[in-house]
Amino acid sequence: MGRPIAGSLGPVQGLSLAPARPLSPVRRRAPGASVNVVDVGRRFEGATGPVDAIAHVHLSVAPGEFCVIVGPSGCGKTTLLRIVAGLEAATSGRVDVSGDAGRPRNAMVFQGRSVFPWLTVRQNVGYGLKLRGVPRRERERRADALLATVGLARFARSYPHQLSEGMRQRVAIARALAVDPDLLLMDEPFGALDEQTRLLLQEELLRIWENTGTTVLFVTHSIDEAMVLADRIVVMGAQPGTVKAVLPVPFSRPRALTDVRSDAAFAPLFAQIWGMLREEVLASRADIRQVRA
Amino acid sequence: MTPASRRLVEIVLTIAAPLLLIASWEALSRSGTIDRRLWPPPSTLWGTTVELLRDGSLLTDVRVSLGRILVGFVLGAVPAIMFGLAMGLFWPVRAFLMPIATVIYAIPKIAIAPLVLIVFGTGETSKYVVVGLSIFFLVLLNTMAGVLAIDRSYRDVARNFGAGPLDLFLSVALPGALPSIFTGLRLGLGFALVVIVGTEFIDADQGIGRFIYQSYSILAINKMFVGLLVTGLMGWLLNAAIGVLERLVIPWKVAG
Ligand SMILES: Nc1ncnc2c1ncn2[C@@H]1O[C@H](COP(=O)(O)OP(=O)(O)OP(=O)(O)O)[C@@H](O)[C@H]1O
Ligand SMILES: [Mg+2]
Repeated sequence: MGRPIAGSLGPVQGLSLAPARPLSPVRRRAPGASVNVVDVGRRFEGATGPVDAIAHVHLSVAPGEFCVIVGPSGCGKTTLLRIVAGLEAATSGRVDVSGDAGRPRNAMVFQGRSVFPWLTVRQNVGYGLKLRGVPRRERERRADALLATVGLARFARSYPHQLSEGMRQRVAIARALAVDPDLLLMDEPFGALDEQTRLLLQEELLRIWENTGTTVLFVTHSIDEAMVLADRIVVMGAQPGTVKAVLPVPFSRPRALTDVRSDAAFAPLFAQIWGMLREEVLASRADIRQVRA
Repeated sequence: MTPASRRLVEIVLTIAAPLLLIASWEALSRSGTIDRRLWPPPSTLWGTTVELLRDGSLLTDVRVSLGRILVGFVLGAVPAIMFGLAMGLFWPVRAFLMPIATVIYAIPKIAIAPLVLIVFGTGETSKYVVVGLSIFFLVLLNTMAGVLAIDRSYRDVARNFGAGPLDLFLSVALPGALPSIFTGLRLGLGFALVVIVGTEFIDADQGIGRFIYQSYSILAINKMFVGLLVTGLMGWLLNAAIGVLERLVIPWKVAG
């Protein structure tokens, strides 16, 4: 079931999908964190007065769950993730993240550019470990193991500018995984990638997640991507950003991308999510028209 | 045109320009078209150079000036980078120091030389201070601008991994600002040469500036030209050195 579908795609940019390869070196001892978002709001001071990026957001994510957020552009997905990550304070409500070791540890894969240009690929992946005081040899061992899982073993000594966009994104993912987070926050990690690389990385991520049991909160624009990856899909609406619906995804685990897409439940679920998003996008368009008039 | 033949033409053109200049200078001076006393033929400069090299005084002057530039450079650049990083990272520091920095930055540092000479005396200290000042503000503002230009996401990544202020300083602000810091250092070295020559005009018993000034005061035109040539070479050398240092320190900089 969970076997990679290398045959139909072929290797892309050095990412080999040989099924016999050992899986992720990250093996968890305990289930991931649980996330509880209670009535959270975030207000920004905009040019034309205060703007509520998100308001009254409720969301709970179970330990080890793969939760995907979809929503129109500007509905506050990044804002919500940053608040959960503790990078930004909510203006109302509260967020609880419980990990296994008292102090919850999350790692975020950011939207857009985030791999340090001044560090080699190996140093980038080991960065979080370095901040935690992990000795250098151990850091490099872990970094190299993770680079092998994301198919970048040959590029350990390269600098990011020598890699393609897709390869850099894999570095960012490996860097987040390196600290063995209880909670993995991913903000459109595959947004800037070509279709083939995207498919391969989705598969890679599922495999890693299935092996680590970490909780994942994943943001995407792509309905298809959400359905392939998620246990549950959170559909957000805009102005202000709120949770419109939470939909369970019925496909069994472990998943193969092709099986999911040919499942009878795929098309109806797609239509249901698109229906909700369509309303949202049209509503925000109408808003823009009103502003212009 | 193939790349190879283009390269050949490029080399020929590069060498042709100075040769042409020197040849026409030589010809015009020998024929008396330009005043020989003011524009001695380049061929006679060679003899003067050899003479000056033999008695060792010229090299001593070069060494003294380069030493002043290097010491002043370190004295100016190190605190400039530290304060620049702080100004870039923390807005209160920026708000506090920015007005003073921009005003002093605008003063031509050679204009401060007389004051520095009065305050620090005529010894070496004043030379270091003048060079240090001329570099400090350039590097300070370039460092700050460099930090401010660092994409916010890099800071977020560091904070997400639990970076404290010191980690931010060392692992994000400093490396991220390095290209901009080097722009400041490169410009600063250029100014340092100007300023040290000027200061040595005013007061010094050694140095390339003093050499040129002394040649001027006894109207030794040949020696003056040699002094100018040597100063040009010093500038080139300093620039080349900072280039080498830059490539060592910023191996990740995208070429071009
Ligand atoms: N620092 C800020 N200052 C002011 N407004 C902000 C700030 N950050 C976000 N906003 C506003 O909050 C809203 C949500 O932004 P956010 O980046 O969370 O959206 P998003 O759902 O991630 O969008 P996208 O899908 O395009 O990435 C937007 O209207 C944006 O203008
Ligand atoms: Mg976003």
